[in-house]
Amino acid sequence: MQSIDQKIRVLVAKPGLDGHDRGAKVIASALRDTGFEVIYTGLHQSPEMIVSAAVEEDVHVVAMSILSGAHMTLFPKVKELLDAAGANDILLTGGGIIPSEDIEDLESQGIGRLFGPGTPTTEVINYIQDWFEDQETS
Amino acid sequence: MTSSLESKLVDLLKRFRAGQTVALGRAISLVEDQRPGFQDFLHEVLGGPSAARVGFTGPPGAGKSSVLSMVAMNCRAQEEKVGVVAVDPTSPYSGGALLGDRIRMGDLATDPGIFIRSMATRGSIGGLATTTNEVLDLMDAFGFDRVLLETVGVGQTELEITAATDTVIVVLVPESGDSIQAMKAGLMEIADIFVVNKADRPGAERLVKDLRQGLHLKAATAMEISSIDDDLDPARITSESGIEPSNLVWSPPVVSTVARSGEGVEDLMEAIKAHRLWLEESGELEERRRVRQRVRVQDVMDRELRRIVWNSDAVLAELDQAPNRIRKGKDTSYSVARDILGRLLR
Repeated sequence: MQSIDQKIRVLVAKPGLDGHDRGAKVIASALRDTGFEVIYTGLHQSPEMIVSAAVEEDVHVVAMSILSGAHMTLFPKVKELLDAAGANDILLTGGGIIPSEDIEDLESQGIGRLFGPGTPTTEVINYIQDWFEDQETS
Repeated sequence: MTSSLESKLVDLLKRFRAGQTVALGRAISLVEDQRPGFQDFLHEVLGGPSAARVGFTGPPGAGKSSVLSMVAMNCRAQEEKVGVVAVDPTSPYSGGALLGDRIRMGDLATDPGIFIRSMATRGSIGGLATTTNEVLDLMDAFGFDRVLLETVGVGQTELEITAATDTVIVVLVPESGDSIQAMKAGLMEIADIFVVNKADRPGAERLVKDLRQGLHLKAATAMEISSIDDDLDPARITSESGIEPSNLVWSPPVVSTVARSGEGVEDLMEAIKAHRLWLEESGELEERRRVRQRVRVQDVMDRELRRIVWNSDAVLAELDQAPNRIRKGKDTSYSVARDILGRLLR
C-alpha cells in the first residue's frame, strides 16, 4: 500500500518516430487516476532527452511507448544512458507493438516487464506498485 | 539519524556540491517527500547567495509555459544557468497528478543549461506545493543564476507566489478580457508585470488598454509618480524623476507578447530588469526576503502543530467520542474542541 506521503513518479515517454500517442495518454491518465504523479514527455523524444528528463524529475519509473518497431534499439539505449547517468535504480518498463520473443530478449537484458497491446492498464499499475513495494522493503 | 542514513546523505551532499544533476534531482525528492534527514540536508546547503526568482502565474491557457520558455531561452542566450519549477494541481480525488508543463516547454528540454522540475501541489491550496520554497532554495544552493517558477493558474489564491519570488508576472490572454471585470482582486494586486500573451489575437489591444487604465487608477489613488507611459524607461524611474528610490512606487508595466514567435521578449526582459533594479534601490528586495523568511517559519510551525495534534492517539480517541457527546445534547462541536485542545495544551 502506498503510504500517504509517498507518491510514485512516472515518466511516460514516446521515443523516436512514433506519431501516435493515444496509448501513452491512456496509460498516463490511468496512472494519474491511481494516485501517481505522471510526466508525459510528448512525441519524438531522443533517448538522451528521455534520460535527462528522468534524472531531473527523479522519477521512479520510465515507461516508454513504442509502436514503430524500434524497441530493440531504443530500450537498450535508454537503459545504457540511465546506467551511465547513475540512475540505474529507475525501473524501465513500457509497451506498444512488441512481439513476445523481443519482450523476452529485452527482459533478459535487465529491462523491466514489457506489455503488449491490449494489456489491461490495471496489470501495468499492479506491476509498478508491486515493484515499488519491493524497493521500499529492501 | 542512524549512521547509515547519515552516510547516504553525506554522499548526496558531496555530489550536490560537485554540481551533479542527478544529485539535485535526488535532493529535491528528499525535500519534496520530507524524507528523514531532509531538514539536516537543507541546513547544510542553505545560506549562500540567492538567485533572482521570477514567478509566472495566470489563468489556464494563457501560455504561461510558453512565456516562461521565452524568458528562459533569453537568459540562456546571456549565459545564465536557469532552474525551472513548474507546479500543477494534484487531483483531490485520486491524489495523482498529470504534470503537463514540461511538455509545453519543449525547446528547453534539449538545453543542458536548463533544469526543469515538475511538482504537484499534493493538497496544498495556495498555488504552490508545501515544499516549493525549499525546492527553490535548493536551486539557489545548486548555483543557478536565475530560477523561474510557474504555478497553477487559479487566479484567486496566488498570494504564495509573491512570498516565493522576487518578481511576479501575471500572464493573460485577450480572452481574459471578461474576467477583468470581475477582476480577481488578488491577481491584479500581486502582479509586478502584466503580460498580454497571444497578442496577435483580436481583443489584445483592448485588454492592454483596460489593464493600463485600471493600473492608472490604482496608481493615482496610491502615490504621486510620473505619468503612465506606453514606453517603459527604467532610467527615468530611478534617476531623472528626482524622487528618492525608497519613495518610488512600482507601477506594473503591461507587455504584449506572442510567445510562440518570441515577439515581445525584449520588452519583457527590460521590464524584468527594471523591476529588479527598483527592488534593489528601493529596499523592497530586502523587505520581501524578510517577509519570505517569516512566512516560511510560520509554514513550518503550522505543519508541525498539525502533525503533533493529529498524531496524538489521545486526541484521535477523544475525536471519535465527539459525536456521542454532541448527540447527548450537552456538548457542541465548540465545547468538544475546547476540551480536547485544553487537555493537549496543558
